[in-house]
Amino acid sequence: MENVYLAIPLAPLAGAIVAGLFGKAIGRRGAHTVTILGVAVAFALSLVVFKHHVLDGASVHNAAVYTWGVSEGLRMEVGFLIDNLTALMLVVVTFVSLMVHIYTIGYMHDDPGYQRFFSYIALFTFSMLMLVMSNNFLQLFFGWEAVGLVSYLLIGFWYTRESAIFANLKAFLVNRVGDFGFILGIAAIVMATHSLDYATVFGQADRLAGETISIFAGREWSLITVICLLLFVGAMGKSAQMPLHVWLPDSMEGPTPISALIHAATMVTAGVFMVARMSPLFEYSEVALGVVLVIGALTAFFMGLVGVVQNDIKRVIAYSTLSQLGYMTAALGASAYAAGIFHLMTHAFFKALLFLAAGSVIIALHHEQDMRKMGGLRRYMPITFWTSVVGSLALAGIPGLAGFFSKDTIIEAIHLSEAPGAGLAYWLVLLSVFVTALYTFRLLFLVFFGEPRMDAHTREHLHESPKVVTVPLVLLAIPSVISGYLVGWVAFGDYFGGAIVVHEAHDVLGELAREYHGVWGFMLHGMMAPPFWLALAGIATAWVFFHWRPELAEAARLTLRPVYVVLERKYGFDELYLFLFAGGARRVGRFLWQWGDARLIDGLLVNGAARTVGWVAARVRGMQTGYLYHYAFAMIIGLILLLARYLYAA
Amino acid sequence: MIPLEHYLVFGAILFALSVAGIFLNRKNLIVLLMCIELMLLAVNTNFIAFSHQLGDMAGQVFVFFILTVAAAEAAIGLAILVVLFRNRRSINVDDLDSLKG
Amino acid sequence: MQSTLWNDLAAALPELWMLGAVCFVLVFDLFVPAARRDLTYWLVQATLAGALVFTVAGHDGGRTLAFGGHYVVDEMAVLLKSAIYLVAGAVFLYSRPYLKDRGLFRGEYFVLGLFGVLGMMIMVSAHSFVSLYLGLELLALSQYAMVAFFRDSLPASEAAMKYFVLGALASGMLLYGMSVLYGTVGSLDIATVANALSQEEGRSAFALFGLVFVVVGIAFKFGAVPFHMWVPDVYDGAPTSVTLYIGSAPKIAAFAMLMRLLSESLGPLTGDWGQLLAVLLVLSMAVGNIIAIAQRRIKRMLAYSTISHVGFLFFGVMAGTQEGYAAAMFYAIVYAAMAAGAFGMLLLMSRQGYEPEHIDDFKGLNERHPWLAFLMLLLMFSMAGIPPTVGFYAKLAVIQAAVNVGEVWIAVYAVVLSVIGAFYYLRVVKYMYFDKPEESHPVQPGMDAQVIMGINGLAMLALGVFPGGLMALCLRAVGY
Repeated sequence: MENVYLAIPLAPLAGAIVAGLFGKAIGRRGAHTVTILGVAVAFALSLVVFKHHVLDGASVHNAAVYTWGVSEGLRMEVGFLIDNLTALMLVVVTFVSLMVHIYTIGYMHDDPGYQRFFSYIALFTFSMLMLVMSNNFLQLFFGWEAVGLVSYLLIGFWYTRESAIFANLKAFLVNRVGDFGFILGIAAIVMATHSLDYATVFGQADRLAGETISIFAGREWSLITVICLLLFVGAMGKSAQMPLHVWLPDSMEGPTPISALIHAATMVTAGVFMVARMSPLFEYSEVALGVVLVIGALTAFFMGLVGVVQNDIKRVIAYSTLSQLGYMTAALGASAYAAGIFHLMTHAFFKALLFLAAGSVIIALHHEQDMRKMGGLRRYMPITFWTSVVGSLALAGIPGLAGFFSKDTIIEAIHLSEAPGAGLAYWLVLLSVFVTALYTFRLLFLVFFGEPRMDAHTREHLHESPKVVTVPLVLLAIPSVISGYLVGWVAFGDYFGGAIVVHEAHDVLGELAREYHGVWGFMLHGMMAPPFWLALAGIATAWVFFHWRPELAEAARLTLRPVYVVLERKYGFDELYLFLFAGGARRVGRFLWQWGDARLIDGLLVNGAARTVGWVAARVRGMQTGYLYHYAFAMIIGLILLLARYLYAA
Repeated sequence: MIPLEHYLVFGAILFALSVAGIFLNRKNLIVLLMCIELMLLAVNTNFIAFSHQLGDMAGQVFVFFILTVAAAEAAIGLAILVVLFRNRRSINVDDLDSLKG
Repeated sequence: MQSTLWNDLAAALPELWMLGAVCFVLVFDLFVPAARRDLTYWLVQATLAGALVFTVAGHDGGRTLAFGGHYVVDEMAVLLKSAIYLVAGAVFLYSRPYLKDRGLFRGEYFVLGLFGVLGMMIMVSAHSFVSLYLGLELLALSQYAMVAFFRDSLPASEAAMKYFVLGALASGMLLYGMSVLYGTVGSLDIATVANALSQEEGRSAFALFGLVFVVVGIAFKFGAVPFHMWVPDVYDGAPTSVTLYIGSAPKIAAFAMLMRLLSESLGPLTGDWGQLLAVLLVLSMAVGNIIAIAQRRIKRMLAYSTISHVGFLFFGVMAGTQEGYAAAMFYAIVYAAMAAGAFGMLLLMSRQGYEPEHIDDFKGLNERHPWLAFLMLLLMFSMAGIPPTVGFYAKLAVIQAAVNVGEVWIAVYAVVLSVIGAFYYLRVVKYMYFDKPEESHPVQPGMDAQVIMGINGLAMLALGVFPGGLMALCLRAVGY
């Protein structure tokens, strides 16, 4: 099996290298063939691994593949930890990635950077696979950073657009803030346990829980809480939780396949995955769990609201992603890790579907993204329409589709949770259901129903997208429906085994599992619970405001103007950050540059040192006179010098 | 019977002379080649003296090898000297200064 | 008696093969018309391949002494010889088009080169002062001749003369040291010398006197300051294909000589020669790195860079532990590969009537040939010791070994000087990627050279990420 594990990340990497270095030589067809082949191999092998571990019940594999170095007993290695959690992530990541690869053939058809794009997305897949398969913190960090780097390259893929450059810089900087916390967390772990290996660290969690650390004199903090909070800061950056969420909507500047890949299945789920992986640590810290729960719930509700007022089709979906990530994070905070991962999986399918459907619409309209210029598309693009309906229903949480099962489990789990802030979080996630349904169906009505609002020329050329686009849509629609039925197995059952640790007192899912009697009972129960009615209310509201009586929406916008403005401005996070951090940093930077850098460091230290070295070099160089007897003389002097050292010593 | 020390001092003097010759001579390259031969002879003296003193033949065998190598070395040295003379029309040590710095 | 002779010959089979093959090539080449001289070239590569096969396949994993203790085959010999063949093969490959363009494509280059390889093999397998000296001289004489090989070039003949005189002076000193050591312990055999010196009275003032001369001889071979003066002049003056030869594989052989002499035979005096190496390495790092900055000529710059790398190599040896020897061996092999790549790059960029002489000639290489520029970037990064290239790992291993024996201050000094040194390597990278080309003529190296250069350059990266395999070999070679 070891070779299979190794081949999973290496196959996409090989594809990326070939497409990246020899892109010109192998041409467009060659580039997409080789990368798709790589990812397809990874997907097939992931299925093998899934079967081996999950279905055949093989024991957990945890071993180093390669030891890079050992420093004072601290082993730095590449290693794989394959358990049911990893197996699930592998299948999800490679499946969505494969769909996105195929879809890209159609979407990027006319782009001059075709080969480069394929190389990047394959590299991205590799990074993500390294991250989820890791058995130690160093490799986790490597994957974490590699994912960040490639996403930077991808968001700025159209590097001639100024907005794309701004967006990728923003994504990069905001992620740096998160990574700073993350690496501090890892450093704290290394300091406390002197190990980078998951198993070793988790084995010592018990001990860490009892220790305290004094960061500021006189204040003792629980060590494990500090570690968990720092790690969670990293997760906030990658999984775009408030207040580090600002990069995600802007990252829509990248091509749509990237939005689907980064914002559905891979990068943003890294944070959620990481916290679930670290459950043996988080379980010991009530405080950290409370923070995770509240941050998640706040993100779920407030980011969903922003989605309601967006007009750019991709941005609506982006805010929806933020909101759904909030759900996952909140689930983690309630110790319902399995439910969080389960939602991660279902969400990956239907969100990738929605993004790719949006992309299909965008190409049909010649890269028009404003929903006010769409409408009535269901007649022209039936496949895109119907798959979007499936995705939207799944996202809104209508019983029978994937989203319902995962989201309902999360809401129920938070309801039962006794973590600090659980009461507030429950109300927030409950209301979010309404908001989710509202923005989802607003999008559906604006894009696919009503009168076509695009110009006549575009309308004449409207047609369904090519097969390479629609086939992935259909293939993604299938798991968007059926994956929910695994709820009893993944969320309530013993699917994760030892991969996720939940303490007795926090075991909300266990409690839910006792009341769980099959999917049909769960659905029946769901139809009587508030979330279902809230979702229906959201759909109805969307129908009234955006389809039946569009003028009502306009009226509401005017009467609720202050609220609208706040939402439109996205609560002012961007402005605040721009003013405070970007502007402030620039001001400080300018000062340091003019005074500190230009005069002190450059003038005195760097240039001064360089000038001194240069001066010395020019002088010393004169010793090499070119005369043979000087050379010989230098040797004699050297000999005498070395001899003198002995005579002196003796 | 001449004691060992005399041979060693003799060898050391020869060696020092040849080394001094290499860096004091600024005129003729051929003198340099002679100095090199002299240096190897100084070493040979040492080896033979020790060999005789220790009653061990290995040192004397080594001397034969050194003599052989010295012959080859002289051949190559003179060949290089010829090539150099062809290009520079001089075998003056002082003229060898185009490579420096 | 009969069987002993056969055993001896069997042990030295790679050397015998090499000797026979070189003689054959020498005669064969006389009868090959100039137009078909490629045959000679292929014969040379086949010779190296055959030697590799004999060396690796003929080794039974143990340690064999032959010819009355003058010759040894052990793990170290096999590893270092194999590395020498590979580097030498790459050297000949890079050189072929360059020699052709200049009318130097003659059998002599290859014959002398192979004799040099034979010399290196003998050095690597030497187990007495006699065989070591013979190998050393065989290598050195071949090199003198190779430098002077371009008959009509004044710089080449001047370089050859300087190299010859200084080299002879250095081997005279080495021999003098050997004679003194012979006088104190009464044997030329490396193991016997080590035995005698480990006795209580072994560490006499007279032995130390001899030791200094031996260290000088070794330092000259490596080009450690202040015995480095020949390096820049010879590297600069020799035809680049010869510089490539001198600058790469012989470093591995010199390392073997250092191990045989200092570690195996003078091992009991580790503390004493450690101090000498400390002086040499401190000077080498400073002089090499600083003067390199002032160079405009690329070959001179690389020559001074060699000197600074020698400092690092000595640093590992100076630690005197097996960890340190292994790190230094790793460094030597990696350095030979880096140097082969960097000088080879000069050959690949050359064409009839033109070769890159100044650093400025690298300007805008990325626009002219991005693949070569990328490989050069890897090589320069590796020389500068920037992760994730192997140069970084090599430096790290050396420093780690040295810090483990408490040499913290020299380690700090070494790191500071590598930072200074990074400047001139990165300058090349800057020129390649950020400056406009001054040459417009396309760079068109042959396919074989491009592929081997690709392997050479990417190996810097691959070994940097996965240094474990080579490191394990090195550790085994020093008997860890």
